[in-house]
Amino acid sequence: MQTIDLEDQGLRALNETLQSQDSDTNQTEWLVTNPRGSHAIAVGLDAPIDVTIKGSTGYYCGGMNKQASITVDGSAGPGVAENMMSGKIVIEGDASQYAGATGRGGLLVIKGNASSRCGISMKGINIVVHGNIGHMSAFMAQSGTLVVCGDAGDALGDSLYEARLFVRGSVKSLGADCIKKDMRPEHIELLRGLLEEAGSDARPEDFTRYGSARKLYHFDIDNAGAY
Amino acid sequence: MDDHQKNNPPRTMPPRTMPIQSATFSNPVNAEIRRAAATGIYDIRGGGAKRRVPHFDDLLFLGASMSRYPLEGYREKCETSVTLGSRFAKKPIHLDIPITVAGMSFGALSGPAKEALGRGATMAGTSTTTGDGGMTEEERGHSEKLIYQYLPSRYGMNPDDLRRADAIEVVVGQGAKPGGGGMLLGQKISDRVADMRDLPPGIDQRSACRHPDWTGPDDLEIKILELREITGWEKPIYVKVGGARPYFDTTLAVKAGADVVVVDGMQGGTAATQDVFIENVGQPTLACIRPAVKALQDLGMHREVQLIVSGGVRSGADVAKALALGADAVSIGSAAMIAIGDNDPRWEDDYNALGTTAGAYDDWHEGNDPAGITTQDPALMARLDPVEGGRRLRNYLKVMTLEAQTIARACGKNHVHNLEPEDLCALTIEAAAMAGVPLAGTSWIPGSGSF
Repeated sequence: MQTIDLEDQGLRALNETLQSQDSDTNQTEWLVTNPRGSHAIAVGLDAPIDVTIKGSTGYYCGGMNKQASITVDGSAGPGVAENMMSGKIVIEGDASQYAGATGRGGLLVIKGNASSRCGISMKGINIVVHGNIGHMSAFMAQSGTLVVCGDAGDALGDSLYEARLFVRGSVKSLGADCIKKDMRPEHIELLRGLLEEAGSDARPEDFTRYGSARKLYHFDIDNAGAY
Repeated sequence: MDDHQKNNPPRTMPPRTMPIQSATFSNPVNAEIRRAAATGIYDIRGGGAKRRVPHFDDLLFLGASMSRYPLEGYREKCETSVTLGSRFAKKPIHLDIPITVAGMSFGALSGPAKEALGRGATMAGTSTTTGDGGMTEEERGHSEKLIYQYLPSRYGMNPDDLRRADAIEVVVGQGAKPGGGGMLLGQKISDRVADMRDLPPGIDQRSACRHPDWTGPDDLEIKILELREITGWEKPIYVKVGGARPYFDTTLAVKAGADVVVVDGMQGGTAATQDVFIENVGQPTLACIRPAVKALQDLGMHREVQLIVSGGVRSGADVAKALALGADAVSIGSAAMIAIGDNDPRWEDDYNALGTTAGAYDDWHEGNDPAGITTQDPALMARLDPVEGGRRLRNYLKVMTLEAQTIARACGKNHVHNLEPEDLCALTIEAAAMAGVPLAGTSWIPGSGSF
């Protein structure tokens, strides 16, 4: 296990070191100490390494991640895992706004709650939140899957495209063009796999699926009131 | 003449009122009312503001005289190079000419059109820019210097393209629609475009108007930090704003850590936006330059953070005027499209068939561009030869540069950046006030000093 003390080494050295690992590196286990809420920790990684951050992080932790598995042993600030391409990011605590924003692949797991705009503009990422999510989550979400084991706030899935949303608890309100949909066997299977990968023992059968009504896909004056 | 005619001389018709068109309800206005009434949806179109606003045409250079001496036109050197991104980036961009090609998306434009822009810009020693649709091989392969736009939609965004870009442009807004997002209507969402944007083919796509993971200048500072960390602090980071509040927008962009600020006035184009937005939101390019320069000067950052001005730049005279007002470079979009063949009269019959005429065609969102530029239709796309298009753009950029040099030499300047507001006068009070230069024949700069 390699250890980097962020306070001691500084952000540039930390990211440069982690980014320079290639796909067959022997240094596969990394521990980052003293993150102290710093921004842009472990961004732009592109190797199958495990990075554990001992403490809470600021904005954009794990941004644009490829391949790496990153664990935040604390809570994460805004935009954690933004535009993630692949790999896995696990937040042991809570996540702030825009968790997984525009993510294109990989899995983001939030063991606590996520704030507003979780999964905004998501483009293929899978997100599993063990707790609740805030308002405007999955706004303009294009593809991928958002799983919420708790409750969702206002305007879930507003202006949704093809992303799939599963919520176990209550949904305060649905956004424009987001509707409740039937759970078919393939959705149960998808959910089972994601919950298992995310370390949740929730039962897929207890979730409700939401998705796009696809009524706003083409301009129609009769839909103007929906915006 | 018979008796009847004698007794009944012809009565002259009383003079009639001449038909007078209303200036308020003009024919174009009435046509728009009828169009709105018939369709129930606002007009969407491409391009920038078509209305007349104070512009570079309203400025003149004074030239050399008793107190200024000129440089020899064909003998004495007049430099045109510019370096962008010298503030923080490890690898600033060096351009031979102070004219760059602005961001236009693949999707809005065809692949061959993007290739033509890349070829032309490269041959002229300057950069070109991606757009809302992500980075294509056509443009990366043919652009020696490529600026990668970081937009609210983040279509196709990925760290590999960030790293193979030569600079990153964080787009906050654009002149045609400060505060608005892009649109790409279903006709142009081909399978390839849809795939690059992670969207279903054929839908009407509305791009976000706000970035999904930051909301203000304090957040932007952190976002820029993240982008620099991902790219090893190599790339210059531009921040592009629409011409809304240029003094404050420039100030905040600099505070957020921009290497370069791009200010785009209302004549700057768009692929598809509501006409009401294009014509009624934002300030003319001319009105944006001095406030942006003042912001840089007040921060002690003029020339350290470079300013690129865009929106309606058409000639070397426009370039020289923008630089004289304090810009480091200009950017062209609409003019570059025209150079490679947009709105060319050779397609007049096709324009007529679409109910328009060469020069006025702006329904770029419909994907039927006779010139093959703003389309994803393979047959139309084939009308543009990217090699020939690139050559034409190269020629045009060279001409603009020669023109700017001609003016700079006449003003006695050995670098186009040495042009200054004192080299200019204005033809109208409005232009004098906006550009902060005296009205021709007077020493009056409206808005500075008292009457």
